[in-house]
Amino acid sequence: MSAPAGSPRPAASARIPPRLGGAGASGAAAPAGPGPAPPQQNGPAQNQMQFPSGYGLHPQNYIAPSGHYAQGPGKMTSLPLDSQHGDYYSGLYTVPTQNVVTPNTAGQQPGAQQMYGRVLPAPHMAGSALGSFPGATSSASHVHTSASVNHHNSPAVGAANSSVASQGFPSTCGHYAMSTVSNAAYPRVSYSSPPAGDPYGQQMFTSQNAPPVRPIRDNSFSGQNTAISHPSPLPPPPPQQYHQEQSLSGYSTLSWSASGLPSTQDNLLRNHTGSLATANNNPTSPVADSLSSSVMQNVQPPVSSPVVSTVLSGASSARTPAAACHPAEPAASVTQPSELFQQKGMQYGDYVNNQASSAPTPLSSTSDDEEEEEEDEEAGVDSSSTTSSASPGPNSYDALEGGSYPDMLSSSASSPAPDPAPESDPTSAPAPAAAQPSKVAKPFGYGYPALQPGYQNAAAPPGAGPPSASPVYSGFQQYAQQYPGLNQLSSGLGGLSLQSAPQPESLRPVNLTQDRNVLPVTPVWAPVPNLNLDLRKLNCSPDSFRCTLTSIPQTQALLNKAKLPLGLLLHPFRDLTQLPVITSNTIVRCRSCRTYINPFVSFIDQRRWKCNLCYRVNDVPEEFMYNPLTRSYGEPHKRPEVQNSTVEFIASSDYMLRPPQPAVYLFVLDVSHNAVEAGYLTILCQSLLENLDKLPGDSRTRIGFLTFDSTIHFYDLQEGLSQPQMLIVSEIDDVFLPTPDSLLVNLHESKELIKDLLNALPTMFTNTRETHSALGPALQAAFKLMSPTGGRVSVFQTQLPSLGAGLLQSREDPNQRSSTKVVQHLGPATDFYKKLALDCSGQQTAVDLFLLSSQYSDLASLACMSKYSAGCIYYYPSFHCTHNPSQAEKLQKDLRRYLTRKIGFEAVMRIRCTKGLSMHTFHGNFFVRSTDLLSLANINPDAGFAVQLSIEESLTDTSLVCFQTALLYTSSKGERRIRVHTLCLPVVSSLADVYAGVDVQAAICLLANMAVDRSVSSSLSDARDALVNAVVDSLSAYGSTISNLQHSALIAPSSLKLFPLYVLALLKQKAFRTGTSTRLDDRVYAMCQIKCQPLVHLMKMIHPNLYRIDRLTDEGAIHVNDRVVPQPPLQKLSAEKLTREGAFLMDCGSVFYIWIGKSCDNNFIEDVLGCPNFASIPQKMTHLPELDTLSSERARSFITWLRDNRPLSPVLHVVKDESPAKTEFFQHLIEDRTEAAFSYYEFLLHIQQQICK
Amino acid sequence: MEVVVFVFSLLDCCALIFLSVYFIITLSDLECDYINARSCCSKLNKWVIPELIGHAIVTVLMLISLHWFIFLLNLPVATWNIYRFIMVPSGNMGVFDPTEIHNRGQLKSHMKEAMIKLGFHLLCFFMYLYSMILALIND
Repeated sequence: MSAPAGSPRPAASARIPPRLGGAGASGAAAPAGPGPAPPQQNGPAQNQMQFPSGYGLHPQNYIAPSGHYAQGPGKMTSLPLDSQHGDYYSGLYTVPTQNVVTPNTAGQQPGAQQMYGRVLPAPHMAGSALGSFPGATSSASHVHTSASVNHHNSPAVGAANSSVASQGFPSTCGHYAMSTVSNAAYPRVSYSSPPAGDPYGQQMFTSQNAPPVRPIRDNSFSGQNTAISHPSPLPPPPPQQYHQEQSLSGYSTLSWSASGLPSTQDNLLRNHTGSLATANNNPTSPVADSLSSSVMQNVQPPVSSPVVSTVLSGASSARTPAAACHPAEPAASVTQPSELFQQKGMQYGDYVNNQASSAPTPLSSTSDDEEEEEEDEEAGVDSSSTTSSASPGPNSYDALEGGSYPDMLSSSASSPAPDPAPESDPTSAPAPAAAQPSKVAKPFGYGYPALQPGYQNAAAPPGAGPPSASPVYSGFQQYAQQYPGLNQLSSGLGGLSLQSAPQPESLRPVNLTQDRNVLPVTPVWAPVPNLNLDLRKLNCSPDSFRCTLTSIPQTQALLNKAKLPLGLLLHPFRDLTQLPVITSNTIVRCRSCRTYINPFVSFIDQRRWKCNLCYRVNDVPEEFMYNPLTRSYGEPHKRPEVQNSTVEFIASSDYMLRPPQPAVYLFVLDVSHNAVEAGYLTILCQSLLENLDKLPGDSRTRIGFLTFDSTIHFYDLQEGLSQPQMLIVSEIDDVFLPTPDSLLVNLHESKELIKDLLNALPTMFTNTRETHSALGPALQAAFKLMSPTGGRVSVFQTQLPSLGAGLLQSREDPNQRSSTKVVQHLGPATDFYKKLALDCSGQQTAVDLFLLSSQYSDLASLACMSKYSAGCIYYYPSFHCTHNPSQAEKLQKDLRRYLTRKIGFEAVMRIRCTKGLSMHTFHGNFFVRSTDLLSLANINPDAGFAVQLSIEESLTDTSLVCFQTALLYTSSKGERRIRVHTLCLPVVSSLADVYAGVDVQAAICLLANMAVDRSVSSSLSDARDALVNAVVDSLSAYGSTISNLQHSALIAPSSLKLFPLYVLALLKQKAFRTGTSTRLDDRVYAMCQIKCQPLVHLMKMIHPNLYRIDRLTDEGAIHVNDRVVPQPPLQKLSAEKLTREGAFLMDCGSVFYIWIGKSCDNNFIEDVLGCPNFASIPQKMTHLPELDTLSSERARSFITWLRDNRPLSPVLHVVKDESPAKTEFFQHLIEDRTEAAFSYYEFLLHIQQQICK
Repeated sequence: MEVVVFVFSLLDCCALIFLSVYFIITLSDLECDYINARSCCSKLNKWVIPELIGHAIVTVLMLISLHWFIFLLNLPVATWNIYRFIMVPSGNMGVFDPTEIHNRGQLKSHMKEAMIKLGFHLLCFFMYLYSMILALIND
């Protein structure tokens, strides 16, 4: 039913450009709203269908509500509010509570489930009641909030609900049974109203925050607490399946919303489930296949997390809320194995049937009805409200915890709802208390404040946790502010005490000049923000999102005092093993700042949420009230969007300017004499032939080739030709396309021709004598070819362009390579490539540059074509396929990764931050289209970005700041997707706290980016001075804050102890070093890498890791895929650590060196290198032989493990102590003195001198 | 003769005022995200040279007509215009570069510059007006 409705919407919705948000958003939003809405409705309907199982849990709650509903919509609405509170809490805190609850209920689960089943009918009933209301949108909306699913069903189902529900439930029960935790909770649920109270108790205990939310309802239903908590556990299961389905629907793409609507709902649900269990895939697998990427993401994550949640629940109440939240979803998912999912799928079908056949099944019927109704409502809402936010509801995939919603419902339904019983758990005890307060609060609107005190009181007994919760509670209205407050409170309870009493480790003063071993033996991890446990668990992974200061200073003055850079480092499109994918008709966003709903928003009540970036209060769309994961209604805080700080949305047509483009690849190949001589064509064609089927894309994938020397050669690969036709255009001053239609061809239709061409290409130009290179015209031709669709252009160039537009002259003076004075020509020589890149970027085309030259090729100019079109740059100095086998091997490996890695097309990325902060400079490869919108023609998983921040307004009225990046892209399957990361950090007011929270690696990476900019815009020496000054300033600023000033010593806080070392490493990096012979292209390439590499890889480049590998042991080894991987300690990068008796591995990120000492143990050489003695080790060894010895196995498994952790496989060089290649190795020993640079100790003394000046 | 010089200066100054206002409007459009950086910069770069020439002409005119005070007043601004134009890096697309304008607060400094110029031109406008009237009276 919903489906039809959905289809129309798509048509209606205007295709909006692929903007993430911002200015364009408002206009787009309006159209979008309607579009999304239908899906949502559908989504909800499906959800409902699915929910039955989930509902079973919740149902109890619903039942109570249903009665209430019947009584009056007003009550319904009030209930929703409660649920929101619950959600809010749950988001932050609920998880723990759920966990707690679960343990208690575990035993009861089965019974409870059954109970639910019965209960569910009741909800349906409620829904029916609602159904009567639907006519009035407002009423409908209310209903939705309270029990969105039910509403739909309600009309038909109403009476039948009970019977139907029972049918539906059994299956659900089964599901639940799977998830022990949830089940346990459910049992309690049977007391529909009581559960809410329980949750409180749980929440209170665990996370304090969570409880308050529920309490409100509890007030009415004091006894209900437990019920609420239970529901939450249930929801998680179905995600994956949904995703898959969604993706399928998505395929229809353009028509998504229309055809997809129903499916989308399913998808959403599936997404949740999908994430939960790979098992889920089974049902959806076909879909998943098509979706491929999406599916994978979904599946993996859920599994792991689920386990956790289960554990938590098992842990019983003891668990703290924070942990519980994240895990809870996963747990639920986990618990719901694939079987469950399958069942669900089955159930869905059943439900539908049920509904169709007999209104009775409340869930099923409701779902259908709801879908329709919702669609209507949504449509109305959309039009009126404009934003996607209006429509978000239905698809909440993975709402981890359904519990809160049910509670809400129950409470809303009728305060009288019997409190089945406070749970047996310890939480139950607190719960009652909470419930009481909630009762008081009952009038949600104003009641909250009042509740707080009561709540706190109630909560207080349980422990510290509760107090924090209570504030939140009262805060609902105040919530936005409260939120931070909560953190503070929580942190105050937990973290603050830590801070004040014992000095945190990160502030321990370290005397750098005396402590010679500042480098830890284990890799340096990102510091954890000083947040409360709940937020910490919810926070974005440091791999994707890091801030240089994990404690944000309150004012710019404080930041200036600290003399540290403030900025973000992003790796937004990282390959993720687990990612919740959400298919929702409505993507909930703030109406004023367009922020996506995230775990750090505050729910003021069930129907409203407060944006954590701009503090605007927004409505919770009806669809969002339904949690597909738990199949519960009224728990917006348990939806996956609010439970995960990294999520991916399947975007509707509102997020499109045009139909999603197909994957289009164009290869522009240099075939001049120089290129043929280097022989890269063989490697490229070979790699392409091998990976032709693995190129990301769908049936629409197109591919084309273009070669050039002094002329431009096109290849007509039109299907039907017997062999590829080469078309030569020699008019390079005004390039034209000879046959515009047949140069980019469908990969699948013309595969044979393409293979023929690839086989022929390497030999086609063997006798060429053309030495000129008309790169500029070739790029113009490529641009013309690509501009209708957009896509990726891969340019292979081997020399300076010497003809036509964009020709370049050699600017490098080889005598200046080791100059310590001025390094010139770091900037581009012409704006041709920049203009071209901007043109390409405007047409959604990215240009990737592979520069394989043996002499100066002016990378500084050429790199512009990639820099501003969001491409990537690869540089292979002295490339030759036979003379330089290691480069050839590297090209081969890089190409394999390059051709097969994920890719996103026509992408834009917007970064938002809390009001008061502003971004002023961006680093990376992209074009900044407006103040906070980065235009990325292509996005790849290896791209990193950096942003500099300033504090424009004082942050004194908030204790938390959030950053959100939203990356909108078209997947290679033609799906429009939005990946959202949200990072939450505390605000501090003291300098000591700022220093305690420094992320030294992030700071150094940001400084490196800033230094590159400075080098280009000013001069290299300026940049070097700025780097040194960064250390001097920050350490002297710190020195002035500590009372017992030791002027004789160089003191740094423990968090900054590596700062001088890293800066020294930067100064000795190719990009910034002086005095050592460095080719200009090498230098520029290093700068390009600094700009566009993600932090993890960049850190290895700046400060390599050194390990001793001739004595690997299993001590502290880790197990990966049944392999034992030894973990040798990190060594200082100093020759003093090298002994002639040892062998050392240096991991420089893109290259490994194994240095073999002259007196190295012959056993090691024989066992690992396969040579009898030191003298017989070959000069150019790039592989470790596979020998059947223990030490060989250890060494290889260690190296393999290191390699697996990075996208581009590094090349291995075995360096003998006496070989000429050892200079390469020794130049990375940055703690040692070189002719032109300080040793580490000298550097410290230099800094100290500067400080004392 | 005096009158002709000041009438011309007055007209030229009006044009420069309008140009400054245009710069401010366009930059604030960019700030508010109404236009994209690319079109903003190509619009503005088109007028950088006219502005430079327009201002240089007045300056030279004042020198020729021996109005030392006004000449010295105009000299720093004219010099700044020329310096800014000459110092554009070879790889940039003009004084306003779309890839740079959002970085390092460039937008703000451009805006500030346009504001200052507007103020300066307004000042000059009244000065020319006064001088013109004076010249007319003297005639």
